[in-house]
Amino acid sequence: MDEPRLSRRRLLTAGAVITAVPVVTAAAAAATLGGSDVPFKEGQANAPLAADTTSSWNWFTDAEAAFVSAAVARLIPADDLGPGALEAGVPTFIDRQLAGAYGRGERWYMQGPWSPGLPTQGYQTRLTPAGLYRAAIKAIDAAVVRESRGASFSKLAAADQDAFLHRLEKGEVALDGVDAKAFFEQLLQNTLEGFWSDPIYGGNKDMAGWKLIGFPGARYDNSDFVAQHGQKYPLPPVGLTGRVEWIRS
Amino acid sequence: MARKLPSVDALMIGFGWTGAIMAQELTDAGLNVLALERGAWADTSREFATTFAQDELRYFWRHDLFQTAAHDTQTIRNDASQVALPMRKLGSYLPGTNVGGAGVHWNGQTWRFLPSDFVARSHNLQRYGAGAIPDTMTIQDWGITYDDLEPHYDRFEKLCGISGKAGNLDGQIQPGGNPFEGPRRNEYPNPPMAMSYPPALFAEAAQGLGFHPFPQPSANMSQAYTNPLGVRLEKCTYCGFCEKFACGNYSKASAQTTILPVLMKKPNFRLRTECEVTKINLDSSGKRAVSVTYVDAAGEEYEQPAELIVMCSYILNNVRLLLLSGIGIPYDPQTGQGVIGKNYAYQITSSVNLFFDDKILNPFIGAGAHGMLVDEWNGDNFDHTGLGFIGGGYLGVVQTGARPIETHPVPEGTPAWGAAFKKAVAANYLKSMSIATHGAVMSHRGNYLDLDPTYRDVYGRPLLRMTFDFTDNEHRMSDYLTDRAAEIARAMRPREIKVNRRKGSWDVVPYQTTHNTGGAIMGSDPATSAVNRYLQSWDVSNLFVMGASAFPQNPGYNPTGTVAALAYASAAAITQRYLKAPGALA
Repeated sequence: MDEPRLSRRRLLTAGAVITAVPVVTAAAAAATLGGSDVPFKEGQANAPLAADTTSSWNWFTDAEAAFVSAAVARLIPADDLGPGALEAGVPTFIDRQLAGAYGRGERWYMQGPWSPGLPTQGYQTRLTPAGLYRAAIKAIDAAVVRESRGASFSKLAAADQDAFLHRLEKGEVALDGVDAKAFFEQLLQNTLEGFWSDPIYGGNKDMAGWKLIGFPGARYDNSDFVAQHGQKYPLPPVGLTGRVEWIRS
Repeated sequence: MARKLPSVDALMIGFGWTGAIMAQELTDAGLNVLALERGAWADTSREFATTFAQDELRYFWRHDLFQTAAHDTQTIRNDASQVALPMRKLGSYLPGTNVGGAGVHWNGQTWRFLPSDFVARSHNLQRYGAGAIPDTMTIQDWGITYDDLEPHYDRFEKLCGISGKAGNLDGQIQPGGNPFEGPRRNEYPNPPMAMSYPPALFAEAAQGLGFHPFPQPSANMSQAYTNPLGVRLEKCTYCGFCEKFACGNYSKASAQTTILPVLMKKPNFRLRTECEVTKINLDSSGKRAVSVTYVDAAGEEYEQPAELIVMCSYILNNVRLLLLSGIGIPYDPQTGQGVIGKNYAYQITSSVNLFFDDKILNPFIGAGAHGMLVDEWNGDNFDHTGLGFIGGGYLGVVQTGARPIETHPVPEGTPAWGAAFKKAVAANYLKSMSIATHGAVMSHRGNYLDLDPTYRDVYGRPLLRMTFDFTDNEHRMSDYLTDRAAEIARAMRPREIKVNRRKGSWDVVPYQTTHNTGGAIMGSDPATSAVNRYLQSWDVSNLFVMGASAFPQNPGYNPTGTVAALAYASAAAITQRYLKAPGALA
């Protein structure tokens, strides 16, 4: 997106600077298209697989991967307790999830009419999970630029990233066409999933998430330990394809 | 144009617990029985093997065993002033699909309701007077008693090999059991499960306070068991993947592990999978069901005639199919008239987390119904005078297995993410547990089911619309239970506790329970109920409606034991009386 084309987003950004009023949000699907902004189909995980042979990601663009890598590293950071979400492969996990049936919302009821609804009525956006990431990350990086904080979220200092994530969590950032709070909840949920699901899905690398807390994984027989009250569980974690030492990397 | 098929003696719509029970009984009586299941065939060795059953992401978070909302969901709202919107992804409850239904991914918590639960209206009026039941609370007696159902509860417990300890044998209170339960003729077929540390700690504290802790009746096997049909179940391994998962070890009672190995071999039984019934067709009098219309996986439409039709689907599907077929008068919340959709109810739950410094609790060791409970505050086991509510629930520690995406409790005030969150989870995961409360939901005039005016399923039929909220009765009752749970929690001397009350309106997002009830309720008066005490439609005498849709309100226990007992009672009435003289049984 380095070409000097005046996109709708930039036009709105310029307008916001001049008039200093909040940007009016619009549906993500209604974007003005041009240059590298042309989507295959907005909000859908159906891009042709051969579209980008230079990327190692299944669904993310490099800019999206940069955002997710930076964000999950703040949600579960690496520290003296062990690897964080980034080191445990959570971006890979989320990328694979979004590229598949989950990303397309295949099991979800996605027929209109659409209405924002009440909090007790749950998820009511017309975006699939993959579409939500696509729209939200674009809007977040735009908001970072609009607020003159930096070139993108991933380029901010860790403390500034934390502060921005807190604002997303509280729904205090106006994102173009996206509910900031709903996206934050989605991102945090997927991060926890990637950190603690079976390593077969691409996250929880070396079972780092399970080792952190002492969960022994996909063990199916605890008969010998059920009545061993107060005793430390003696076995290392195991996944659906075996122990860490047995899995080919 | 639907292709018309040869008639069968009896047709089951849906093939989970009640479909399997009813088909087993009716084939034993010599009928030619056909079951139509909208989901796929599923059995233990191929679909739930132990080599891949322990997968939290696939089964719970990605809903692999559950109903697909894209195919059919409900629209939801808290009251009639709101516009109902579709539940776009599952949350508060998780209906099953495929052969075995929700009985594949249930926990196995297998209860009998209290004798007073079956006469909730008359009992509360008698004990507390007319003021105890507000005008808007539409609770009713069931038209059947605990004593009527006792032999049928007993049959289901023996079919499943329920693990437990009797608390009341023929009126004699038994040490170690639940002293509040109704009188039982027989002890449970299997002894209680071995207890892990958290339930044992709870029982010790509750006992010390003068309460009567007892092991939760469990469809998880405490030992290997061969049931009366000759089907063998194996000893549970406490893997902690029961609730929301299928058992790969033949250790949890389900249609697959108790009935199907026998039923599927019978020459007078047939099952057609991936066939969804779209309508029950009546004759010109409107008093007799002649056939069902169904659609197969290829989209072909068929008409299947039958002499006897039994609705065995999940309650929400039963009620919807009745409404779509024009059977019975739809309930009108304005006038209180009509019956189909009336008295929808649910369950209200809360919990208290306990955090210890000095105890390793290994919370991942568990099973679906592996716990110690107290029943002091269930039903009318305690004096409600002055409390401002009726009903109650059980509370205690059920260690279903702390799968970490779902269960990673942190103390009050811990941030939801970041370094402090990570540190708190790491410090507390092995040393925390929780006391759960499981409360009744009474029926209320404004809580009901009808057809949505806007949203449609994949066949273009209206979705079911659910209008539901907790009322003051539920919140007062749940808070009372939560306070009792917190008292016992403090007596266990943890470092700290966190009290999680159920606040505000019912919310479709967080998982609560798959204990939806009502909408086609049973009773003794056709003006106020949809089915009689034998679950026979008052309007269409060759139609029977199984399931928790028959509950006039939802007591403080899990529903499956009573759902199955009612199915056995209905089957007995059909085979002993109806087949000899088809017609109204009441």
